[in-house]
Amino acid sequence: MRQASLLFLVRRLVQVVPVVLAIAAVNFFLLRMAPGDVADILAGQMGHATLEFTQQLRREFGLDQPVYMQFFYYIGKLLTLDLGRSHLQQAPVIDLILDRLPATVILMLTSILIAIAVGIVLGVAAARREGRLADTLVSVTALVVYATPAFWLGLMLIVLFSIQLDLLPSGGMYQIGAGRTGLAHALDVAKHLVLPSVTLGLFYVAIYTRLMRASMLEVYGLEFITTARAKGLSETTIAWTHALRNALLPVVTLAGVQFGHLLGGSILVETVFAWPGLGRLVFDALLQRDLNLLLGILFVSSVVVVFANLAVDLIYGLLDPRIVHK
Amino acid sequence: MTAPMPPVLAVEGLSVEFRTARGVVRAVDDLSFTIGEGETVAIVGESGSGKSTAAMAMLRLIADPPGRIVAGSIRLDGQELLTLDDASLRRVRGRQIAMIFQDPMMALNPIYTIERQIGEVLRLHLGVGRAEAFAQTVELLRLVGVPAPEDRARQYPHNLSGGMRQRVMIAMALACRPRLLIADEPTTALDVTVQAQVLELIQELKTRLGMAVLLITHDLGVVAETAHRVIVMYTGGKVEEATAGQLFADPRHPYTQGLLQAAKWEESDGVELREIPGTVPSPFAMPTGCSFAPRCAAVVPRCQTDRPALTEILPGRPVRCFVAQGAAR
Repeated sequence: MRQASLLFLVRRLVQVVPVVLAIAAVNFFLLRMAPGDVADILAGQMGHATLEFTQQLRREFGLDQPVYMQFFYYIGKLLTLDLGRSHLQQAPVIDLILDRLPATVILMLTSILIAIAVGIVLGVAAARREGRLADTLVSVTALVVYATPAFWLGLMLIVLFSIQLDLLPSGGMYQIGAGRTGLAHALDVAKHLVLPSVTLGLFYVAIYTRLMRASMLEVYGLEFITTARAKGLSETTIAWTHALRNALLPVVTLAGVQFGHLLGGSILVETVFAWPGLGRLVFDALLQRDLNLLLGILFVSSVVVVFANLAVDLIYGLLDPRIVHK
Repeated sequence: MTAPMPPVLAVEGLSVEFRTARGVVRAVDDLSFTIGEGETVAIVGESGSGKSTAAMAMLRLIADPPGRIVAGSIRLDGQELLTLDDASLRRVRGRQIAMIFQDPMMALNPIYTIERQIGEVLRLHLGVGRAEAFAQTVELLRLVGVPAPEDRARQYPHNLSGGMRQRVMIAMALACRPRLLIADEPTTALDVTVQAQVLELIQELKTRLGMAVLLITHDLGVVAETAHRVIVMYTGGKVEEATAGQLFADPRHPYTQGLLQAAKWEESDGVELREIPGTVPSPFAMPTGCSFAPRCAAVVPRCQTDRPALTEILPGRPVRCFVAQGAAR
């Protein structure tokens, strides 16, 4: 059993390689289709955008080569986990990304955990009161939140909690210059994390609430719930043990699939809250045609998403004994 | 004659209604019966006769909404169940009245081990610890004839065959030595060869533990093998009650006669199909008179206009039929 799971893990890890390479290839050609390149931008910034100078830059960066040559060069480097250099920032792409990635991952994980926890509680509560006032309230609120754009919600939260009530910081990841360390620093980061993670998470709270409610109602219709009642178990025990674990499966599936989507949302929310994550990096790289950096970020995101999906598969096996990883 | 023992279960005037978008449907209508200690009473009828609803009503397991017990009394050893609060009702469920269902695959939670699902009842009602619950679970599995009970206890429902799963359901039902076992179509989902084993097991355990058994079935073969008394239901109401011997030898209601003939044909693989013509009327379009009149071979004009009452045509033989009642006089 254990050995089978390990074998499954290894096989899945091997499968990750072609998937990630395929994504990298698509990214590469998509970005090459956009007009303009980094040489144009750089030459413009330096103030002498002569054709000769830009051509020289292109030669330097290898941009004068045919696209397919550039592609093989890029993939070759990728296979040795070399993401190349950012010509604009004069630094290795991997360093730039690793510098920013932790902040984004913290934001994403906090948001998804809030979303799943709150979504489960509200969804279960609504399902247990199907058709009653509490259920209607939860469902309608979820729909409204679902339809609210994250950037607007973020701004409104800043107005309310930072400006009006002065309870929470409006941006950044920690108080600059305060020089806190250890627990004090962690608490400071947590305080800064509240608004961005709520902004990013609320949309998913709405999704998981509705999904959880529907999934619970489906499980409530199954016969083993009647068996549980006939045994004399209380409705609370039935909901949180017999029904919940069965109802969780679709929610876990969706959480895995949505990880990429979450990353996109995270970039938007980071912009609103000046969160020092990948968001700003993507934005700049896009505007400045910093293709290597952009490709690097996309590559890292795809790896994150692929691993999130692998994690979901493993959690699935823990939740449902009928699923045996082979 | 000795004084009759007080019944384990006494049901009186039980009526269950369902509120639907098309109106209120009466699924069980004025049903009364008793079951004594060590006795097996079978309720038979076609789909839609209200027999399963009646069984669910015994434990107040009918979902409300849409269902509701609108009248009647259900007493277990003299205690009224219909007025119990939720907490007291939960102490009856699983402990004094236990239930087994038609499809043992669906009735067991797929994600928990057998041990966990049987042990849950023991820990809830008997307050035993984890280790004791496991020991008793293994004992129960042995009692119902599950081979290698220690290993089986640690497995999941999907690891077991249908017959084994139904044995697990029975073990679970018997965990607290209930006074009454309700078996709702306990063999319908099983292979023919396994059916007999499961019925035999229920019979044997009933004798050993002195339970009362309420058996819900559409299978007259099952009735013949196991039941002392039989209640025949049609469109929510009892149409005839008799001991099993009387019913098979001398059925009085035309519906019972039809059922028996259909069953005989099944058995003998005969040349002539003897089915009851027509279908059970829609609950939204009940005939004004006897609800069986549209399908009845012995119908007389009065059946179309008046509804027959349940009347004893012989001592202990109530029948709801004008023709049978007339013939008896």
